[in-house]
Amino acid sequence: ADIISTVEFNHTGELLATGDKGGRVVIFQREQESKQQPQRRGEYNVYSTFQSHEPEFDYLKSLEIEEKINKIRWLPQHNAAYFLLSTNDKTVKLWKVSERDKRPEGYNLKDEDGRLRDPSMITTLRVPVLRPMDLMVEATPRRVFANAHTYHINSISVNSDYETYMSADDLRINLWNFEITNQSFNIVDIKPANMEELTEVITAAEFHPHHCNAFVYSSSKGTIRLCDMRAAALCDRHAKFFEEPEDPSNRSFFSEIISSISDVKFSHSGRYIMTRDYLTVKVWDLNMENRPMETYQVHDYLRSKLCSLYENDCIFDKFECVWNGSDSVIMTGSYNNFFRMFDRNTKRDVTLEASRENSKPRAVLKPRKVCVGGKRRKDEISVDSLDFSKKILHTAWHPSENIIAVAATNNLYIFQDKVN
Amino acid sequence: MFVRGLKRKCFDGEEDIEGTLAGIKAIPSYNLQRQSLLDMSLVKLQLCHMLVEPNLCRSVLIANTVRQIQEEMTQDGTWQMINTQSTGQTSLDRLVSTDILCRSSREQAEGKQVPGYSSFSKDFEDDQTQDSSETMSTSSSVQTPRNLQSNVWEMENPQESRGNFQKSLDQIFETLENKNPNSVEDLFSEVDNSYYDLDTMLTGMMSNTKMGHCDGLETFSSPTTATSNSNCKSDLNELDHIVEILVES
Repeated sequence: ADIISTVEFNHTGELLATGDKGGRVVIFQREQESKQQPQRRGEYNVYSTFQSHEPEFDYLKSLEIEEKINKIRWLPQHNAAYFLLSTNDKTVKLWKVSERDKRPEGYNLKDEDGRLRDPSMITTLRVPVLRPMDLMVEATPRRVFANAHTYHINSISVNSDYETYMSADDLRINLWNFEITNQSFNIVDIKPANMEELTEVITAAEFHPHHCNAFVYSSSKGTIRLCDMRAAALCDRHAKFFEEPEDPSNRSFFSEIISSISDVKFSHSGRYIMTRDYLTVKVWDLNMENRPMETYQVHDYLRSKLCSLYENDCIFDKFECVWNGSDSVIMTGSYNNFFRMFDRNTKRDVTLEASRENSKPRAVLKPRKVCVGGKRRKDEISVDSLDFSKKILHTAWHPSENIIAVAATNNLYIFQDKVN
Repeated sequence: MFVRGLKRKCFDGEEDIEGTLAGIKAIPSYNLQRQSLLDMSLVKLQLCHMLVEPNLCRSVLIANTVRQIQEEMTQDGTWQMINTQSTGQTSLDRLVSTDILCRSSREQAEGKQVPGYSSFSKDFEDDQTQDSSETMSTSSSVQTPRNLQSNVWEMENPQESRGNFQKSLDQIFETLENKNPNSVEDLFSEVDNSYYDLDTMLTGMMSNTKMGHCDGLETFSSPTTATSNSNCKSDLNELDHIVEILVES
């Protein structure tokens, strides 16, 4: 099993897609709830597996293009087939995943093995009939959107018009129409004329869930820009600019690095945006640009360890964050296979662990605590014992139920509310 | 800007610094740690990722950190004018270290994006091959100066590289502080890297006006390119150069 690089539920929550470092996509489907086993409430089982991207070599630059899937985004469903976008560093692909459970039999021009029959030997005609067969799930690439990104794609986002989507790399954002693969519109370009002057890159981007003209993108300097595509073809001038003033007492050489936003997500309501930087998760009101509405500390005990984390490159880890269906709880990952949830209403938070060793299947997860001071209580873990190689970067929350998917390196964990 | 006496959060295990006496005692430690952070950052920038392109976000963040440290060191007065007479004794050391600096920085630079492709990405057509063939044909006419620059970085001609850099090193030494660089490591940390690393890191281009040391190369006769690998990479740089010309016109 390869390292999981992205996790995403579809719009109904019936399907869960994961992408990995080897370019594979694995889709899980929720089983229908059965009356015989009510406690096995809708488990997820493998539905389809396919190779989305292959490693490539850019001969012009003498560089490899990784096949690692950076992001998967589902399209809303119109018919029996499912559609998703998957992207690596350079190429976005639209995949169709469809079921086949019937097979036509009784062709006239070919026999059951597929060999062509001699037309002169045919004396009677028959109408082919559809007969049931074992369920087969096929994934076919329907569109390939290539050659539009010089830099590495970090985000894709489907627009609410369901006709367009955007792809964002370090310096540019392109707008695509699903039907057209040989053209894309460049809507944001922050590449300086002189690359020496480059001090800021785009780190994430997302369309507004309801307004198809609006989108946000975050930067490595901890800023978020809201852009309106009605204003201009090239949205280099933002409509809103979100930035929290720096706290001078916390200033250090690492201030900029830890302020770099690794993920930005609109709330389902479209009223708020959530951003993740190295140590915190922040919720912003779209109507207030000068500071976030809420700030949650994910692992503030790392603040005194920034130099070591810089040395081992962990400070550059890009954690994602997610909303629950009702926008009342937010979740993000941490180290040591820990992930954190914050209830925005009660202001309570919890740290949980995704690990086989420390919890049995179907057992309720025990909250974890990291101790900072000298005295370590039983069941607490000290900061120095944290395993920084076990990082939870990717999580997903079911759109309507309390089911979460957590990717811990090469393992996928699915947790749900305990049934009474 | 750090005010002396405030608690430093950037270094692990740093204790509270209160009072002037304690502040004075802590100053060398702070400078040392800042220096080690600078060294670490420069090493990070120079790690060459030969096969896969390095992460641009990470490089930009590290480069910004280096700039911040350098700015602070300049303001502190740590970054002083060098006494040029003293360079003679240790000039060979400095040549070696700068060579290493430049060698790995070149490899890093070649791992970077080709900025010229921006012209294609805006209105990209399917006939990408047509575009690239056009640029390749025009590249031959400006081949000579590009070859010179790329060959400077070649490890097959270390002696030549060192000679080329003498002129540039003189420029750099004017800004270096003479702090008895006993080891290559010390010198490495004191070189005004803005001439090399930050800019070469972030540009895929060799023909950079800020890199004034390459001016001396224009008069050099073109040495033969040794390997096909270097040919490929020099062609690559020519392509950058040509595309940039096309874009600007």
